[in-house]
Amino acid sequence: MNNSLTAAERVNIARHPQRPNISDYIGALFTDFFEQKGDRLCGEDAAILGGVALYHGRPVTVIGTRKGKTLEENLMCNFGMPNPEGYRKALRLMKQAEKFRRPIFTFIDTSGAYPGLEAEARGQGEAIARNLMEMSRLTVPVIAVITGEGNSGGALALAVADRVLMLENAVYAILSPEGFASILWKDAQRRDEACGLMKLTAPDLLELGVIDDVIPEPEGGAHLAPAVAMRQVDRCLTRHLAELDKESGKSLAASRYQKFRRLGAPASQKEEG
Amino acid sequence: MNSIFAKRRARLLAMKAMRDNYIPGDKLITCPKCGQESERRLVAQGLSVCPKCGYHWPIGAYYRLSTILDPGSFRELHPRLSAGDPLHFPGYQEKLDAAQHKTGLTEAVVTATGTIGGSRCVVGVLDSRFLMGSMSAAVGEKVTLAIEFAAKNKLPLILFSASGGARMQEGILSLMQMAKTSAALARFSNKGLLYISVLTDPTTGGVTASFASLGDIILAEPGALIGFAGPRVIQQTIGETLPEGFQRAEYQEAHGFVDAVVPREKMRDTLSQLLRLHEKGGRHE
Repeated sequence: MNNSLTAAERVNIARHPQRPNISDYIGALFTDFFEQKGDRLCGEDAAILGGVALYHGRPVTVIGTRKGKTLEENLMCNFGMPNPEGYRKALRLMKQAEKFRRPIFTFIDTSGAYPGLEAEARGQGEAIARNLMEMSRLTVPVIAVITGEGNSGGALALAVADRVLMLENAVYAILSPEGFASILWKDAQRRDEACGLMKLTAPDLLELGVIDDVIPEPEGGAHLAPAVAMRQVDRCLTRHLAELDKESGKSLAASRYQKFRRLGAPASQKEEG
Repeated sequence: MNSIFAKRRARLLAMKAMRDNYIPGDKLITCPKCGQESERRLVAQGLSVCPKCGYHWPIGAYYRLSTILDPGSFRELHPRLSAGDPLHFPGYQEKLDAAQHKTGLTEAVVTATGTIGGSRCVVGVLDSRFLMGSMSAAVGEKVTLAIEFAAKNKLPLILFSASGGARMQEGILSLMQMAKTSAALARFSNKGLLYISVLTDPTTGGVTASFASLGDIILAEPGALIGFAGPRVIQQTIGETLPEGFQRAEYQEAHGFVDAVVPREKMRDTLSQLLRLHEKGGRHE
C-alpha cells in the first residue's frame, strides 16, 4: 500500500472522473448480468444499478450506485445520487437474493443521497432507514465494496454488510469534506483541513474497525491500471465470500448484528450506572 | 417503602423538569411563528405551546418526560453514559462540557422506564438543546441500550426524536449509529413488540434516516420540521424556493409518512390509548 498520500489526495483520486464505475466492475468481474429495474412502487432510479449475474459461475445479486464518466452519462444517472426509488429497488433485489439464497455484492461510489424536493416528498429518510433495518437481518452473505466516495446515509444504505471492503484510495465518511467544513466552520474552503480530521481513508477506517479489509490499488489510483485493480478486487471478494460461505444464514445475521452493535462502544467505558 | 421511593422519584423528575422549563428573561415571550406576545407563565403552564397560534416550542427531555409519564413512575436508564472523543477532534471536549453545563444533561438523549396511564414502557427523548440533539456514539448507544432493555423485558418502546442529524465531531462513528440503532429495532420488532416513534421539531438527517422512521406507529407534533436533507441544502441543490409547509409534520402526514399529527396536550392520552390497544396483542396465532 502507498502510505505517502494525504487524505485530501485520496479524496481527489476517489473522485477521479475516469475511476472505474459499477459498469466496469460488472463487466470485469461478472458474466451473464441481467439488469433489474424499478422499485415496484412508483419508479425506476438510474442512480442505482442492480441485477442478477454469475460470479465465477455462481448466481449472485449485484447492486451499486452508478456514476457516469461523461456529463451525458452523469445527467442520466443523477451523478450517482440516488432517490428513494433507488434504495427501495436495492432492497427489493436484496430480499429477492435472500429468497433465492444468492450472496449479495454492493459497490458504493456516491457523494450521498440526493437532497431534492421530490426525494423528500417520497421519503428519502424512510427509504434509507428501511434498508439499514432490513439489511441487518438478511440471511445470505452480504459484501459491500466502497470503490470511490462513500458519503453519508446514502452510502450506508447499501453497506450494512458482513464484510465492508474499501479500495485503497476510496473514502468513506459522514458527508463530503466540503460539507463537513461548511457545517463546522461555515467555510467550505477548509476542505483539506477537514480531510485530515475526518478519518475517512481506508487505513484510518480499518484501524477504527469500521471496515474489514483494504484492497490495494495500482500506483496513482485504479484508473491508471483498471485491469490490475479488478484482479485485486476479485481476489479479495473470492476470499471473503469463501469465509462467509462457511456460516449458516442465521449465524451470518447474528454476526452482522454484533459487528455493527460494537461500533461506537467507547462511550460505555464511562458507564457507571 | 415503595411509595417513599416513588415520591422521591416524582420529586426528582419534577425538579429536573422545572429546570428544563425555566425560561429566563422578561415576563413576556414572543412567539416565533405568529409574532404575538404572551405571558411566560401562561406558556409554561400550557406545555410551552403558544396560546395564540398553537406553535410548539421545543422542550427539554426531562420536562417532556414529566408531561407524559405517570407521577412517580420515572426511572432513568444509564444516566451517566456520556460521549467520548473517539476521533480526538479539536475543541470537541470543550463543546461537550459547555453543553452539559448549559443543559444539565449528560448527553442529547434521556432514556427511562415508566408508566403512561398505568402501562409500563420504555421512553427515550432526544433534546435539541444539547448540540442540536445530534447523534453521537453515546446517543446511539443509549438508544440501542433502551431498545435492548425493552426487548429483554418485553416492553413497548417510545422514542421522541429531535435532532439536527449527525455529530460532526465523531465523523463516521456517528454514521454507524444509524446502522446500530436500526439493527436493534429489527431484533426488537422480530419479538412482536410495539415501537412508537414521535417526531418533534426538528427531526432531520441521520435520525430521520434511522430509528425515527421505523416506528410501527409514527406520530408528529404540529409544525415539526421532518426530513432527511435540511431545507437550506435542498434549496441550494434545486435552486428554487421551497413551497410553504414543506417538510412540516402536516406535509409528512399528507405524504404518507406519519400516522397522526398530535398536539402536545393530547400526546399523553394518545400514547396511553395506543399502549392499551396493543397491550393484549392480537389473538390470531
